[in-house]
Amino acid sequence: MPLREAPTVAFEITVNGEVRQVDVDVRTTLLDLLREHLGLPGTKKGCDHGQCGACTVLVEGKRINSCLSLAVMHEGEAITTIEGIGLPGNLHPLQAAFLERDAFQCGYCTPGQICSALGMLAEVRRGEPSQATEDMSALAIALTDAEIRERMSGNICRCSAYPQILEAIRDVAGPAAGVSA
Amino acid sequence: MSSITDYALPNPINQNRQGIIGRAVDRYEGPLKVSGTAPYAYEVKTPSPAAYGVMVGAAIGCGLVTAVDDVAAKAAPGVKLVWHIFDQPPGQGEAGAKSYVQGQAAADPVFVNPKVRYFGHPVALVVADTFENANAAAALVQVSYEEDAEAEYMFEPADARPTEQDQDSSVGEFEHAFGEAPIQLDEVYSTPIQNHCQMEPCATTAWWEDDKVVVHTSVQMLKGPQHLLAETLQIHRSNVHLMSLYVGGGFGGKGSSYEDMALAALASRSLAQPVKIALTRQQMFNATVHRPATVQRVRLGATPDGRLTALSLMAATHCARNAPFIERAAAFSRALYAAPHRLTGHRLKLLDIAVASAMRAPGEASGMMSLEAAMDELADRLGLDPIELRIRNEPDKHPESGQPYSARQLIECMQSGAESFGWSKRNPKPGQVRDGRWLVGMGMAAAIRGNFLLPAKASLKIDAEGTVRLQQGMTDIGTGSYTILAQIAAETMGVPLEKVIVEIGDSGFAPAPGSGGQFGAASAGSGALAGGMALRAKLTEMATADPASPIFGAAPEAVEFRDGLIAVENRSETLAALVSRLSPQGVEAEGSSAPAPDIRQFASYSHGAQFAEVGVDLVTGEVRLRRMLGVFACGRILNAKTAKSQITGGMIWGVGTALTETNRVDPRYGSLVSQDLGTYLAPVHADIANLDAYFLPEVDDKANPLGIKGVGEAGICGAGAAVANAVYNACGARVRDYPLTPERVLAAMGVG
Repeated sequence: MPLREAPTVAFEITVNGEVRQVDVDVRTTLLDLLREHLGLPGTKKGCDHGQCGACTVLVEGKRINSCLSLAVMHEGEAITTIEGIGLPGNLHPLQAAFLERDAFQCGYCTPGQICSALGMLAEVRRGEPSQATEDMSALAIALTDAEIRERMSGNICRCSAYPQILEAIRDVAGPAAGVSA
Repeated sequence: MSSITDYALPNPINQNRQGIIGRAVDRYEGPLKVSGTAPYAYEVKTPSPAAYGVMVGAAIGCGLVTAVDDVAAKAAPGVKLVWHIFDQPPGQGEAGAKSYVQGQAAADPVFVNPKVRYFGHPVALVVADTFENANAAAALVQVSYEEDAEAEYMFEPADARPTEQDQDSSVGEFEHAFGEAPIQLDEVYSTPIQNHCQMEPCATTAWWEDDKVVVHTSVQMLKGPQHLLAETLQIHRSNVHLMSLYVGGGFGGKGSSYEDMALAALASRSLAQPVKIALTRQQMFNATVHRPATVQRVRLGATPDGRLTALSLMAATHCARNAPFIERAAAFSRALYAAPHRLTGHRLKLLDIAVASAMRAPGEASGMMSLEAAMDELADRLGLDPIELRIRNEPDKHPESGQPYSARQLIECMQSGAESFGWSKRNPKPGQVRDGRWLVGMGMAAAIRGNFLLPAKASLKIDAEGTVRLQQGMTDIGTGSYTILAQIAAETMGVPLEKVIVEIGDSGFAPAPGSGGQFGAASAGSGALAGGMALRAKLTEMATADPASPIFGAAPEAVEFRDGLIAVENRSETLAALVSRLSPQGVEAEGSSAPAPDIRQFASYSHGAQFAEVGVDLVTGEVRLRRMLGVFACGRILNAKTAKSQITGGMIWGVGTALTETNRVDPRYGSLVSQDLGTYLAPVHADIANLDAYFLPEVDDKANPLGIKGVGEAGICGAGAAVANAVYNACGARVRDYPLTPERVLAAMGVG
């Protein structure tokens, strides 16, 4: 059976604080909306099926793999991409920490690592436990190195800058006792 | 350089007057990368909207394409073209045609041969107005095949044969000496197929400007792909403007281009529109290259006091039938330990699976997994400390060629690392240290990786503001090329780092060999130094001949470049003043470097020592890295920050090699079973704890004028063996088939 034209949907979406009117094929992922339609290729396509984390963005402050989500599912929502976190000359402290710690090499997983780390720190602040959380009944989750490693394991870095990424996150999150970012 | 002795003569890099060389400078392009504003090949801005290409891969491993039904695909919404063997891209050169005799590549036309060489081999292309339409239409292309019943997919090491191009290396009488040795170790180790898993899938964006094609693609070297494309498109190479500005990881897997490059250029030519094509993650596994599996027999003959009398490493491996490649797993062993009787070599089996090729430290990365474990086994059997065993077999010169080493601090690396790591706390008896359900152990291994130097050019230009612009056909695949080239240019010209602009990744620039074999920094960096020296000579000539210059009439050898000045003793002027007065449009010079003709007088290697501590779960056999330390001697370090990242990155690859990374061939289709990052287990954050590395001070003034050696591949060498040796020390399980999966460890522990 021949394919027919895929329907398109027009909707509003807020990206990096800016309201954007879009009209896209319903099959368009949030990742491809950002990269191919909104001129924001900072969010990377590493696997296109939710295994590498390179496409991580913040949706209403929560991290998601944008390749696993259709754009139309985000009508009216606020998306933050790496470009919205900070640009050269005005880097976010975490971006500056990545630079200072050399927490990347090829740079392709980096936007995802940074978005993921920001989302991760918010999850810890909200008291959401992980497999590495030692005391789930504690009032605040202790942000141990194991906690950070566990929670960042959905973001693969083949250059393997893991030790430096941990240091960079630690630089903005503070010592293991608390989370202040 | 006319002689290797010239490398030790004073030059701006070894003088390092500004102290920029070695400094832990932040990555030059770092602000772009941390903000997602560095454009990779699929992301470059096109002059008009691009069409999207999606490649269809073969669903068989070996055979012929007999029919293609593209009716539905061609009728699908938004489709602009469908190409395959029966509807070929027009205007391609004949396979193997080479109009440029000295070119690095010949024509490699796409879809002109019905032969399917491996599972996933591209057999069709669909281009449509959107990615979604192209993807949907690609799924409609129906390809019929005739499978080749004679296809061979499975690697049987016994079938591997000697090759013409790779002769065994034999010294003394190995068989006799081994037979006579009081202590004999004879073990077989295996390493599996591994995949590069660069985070950025291969991709190309192409468009035409009149008769010239602009191609942004993700490759490690520019010249080969540029020449391949020119021959394939049947245009002059000067009409192929190939760029690779940012590369999302290479590791050897982007040492060549793939079908996306020619297809994007061809489709753009046919459609008169920019076209971009990326490989899918699944295609990255089956339709690019991999590190082949090896089976290695190690035989060590020794005296009871631990002197090696006989050493043999014979490695069997495989490659694709039409793409000869040898994973030279035995080669490193010719340079590592002394032993009077030696036999090393490689055996090769041709298979009908995907192409085997270079992956980070080809040869060493696989080979050190055997010999460095065997040395641990021998030390254990002799009751000797593994470091002491290695010290007792330290050669005073290359054990086979007789060349002196250019610089070798292997023993120093081992001793320094032992001290830092707390090696003396290791209980040599396995299975003695318990921490709850974990058995804890330490292991170590030596690291060695060849150092290379290739010819390179670079051009440097200084403008009337005193800004230096370096242009070079080099790439930065995450290695730090941008950064170290900026440092070299700044130190050579005596200007602050902020006054240097680096432009690389462009085939229009002075050629450099690109990134691979850890030769990038040495080769491109030597070229950059040569370019800087050429510019200095030009500026010196201008200034000393100009009566208006404060250094007018000075002898050229008295002229110095420092603090943005051109100076002779206390007479000076700024470079900006000189250039703006005499050549306001700027001054440019090109320099070139090549290995000194007598460079092979010396054997040049990066060295290191790897230390690992692991826990082995008593119940599950799971191995967890607890801490790891690498100590390296790699000549002068250009950038303490980026060099360390290279080394620790390589060490983490070693952890993956030891514990998790493996791919298998499906005997039915010849496909690689793992085609995604959920089943091919590259290390993730949670796998890596407390891992560190440092460099010993070293200057290798026989390696190149910079005194540096490669760091990009040294880190993986021996790293996996150190982990495996730690597993043995922890639990007494000696697993010789990598990776050390829980079931293998449990079985070797005698459990389960």
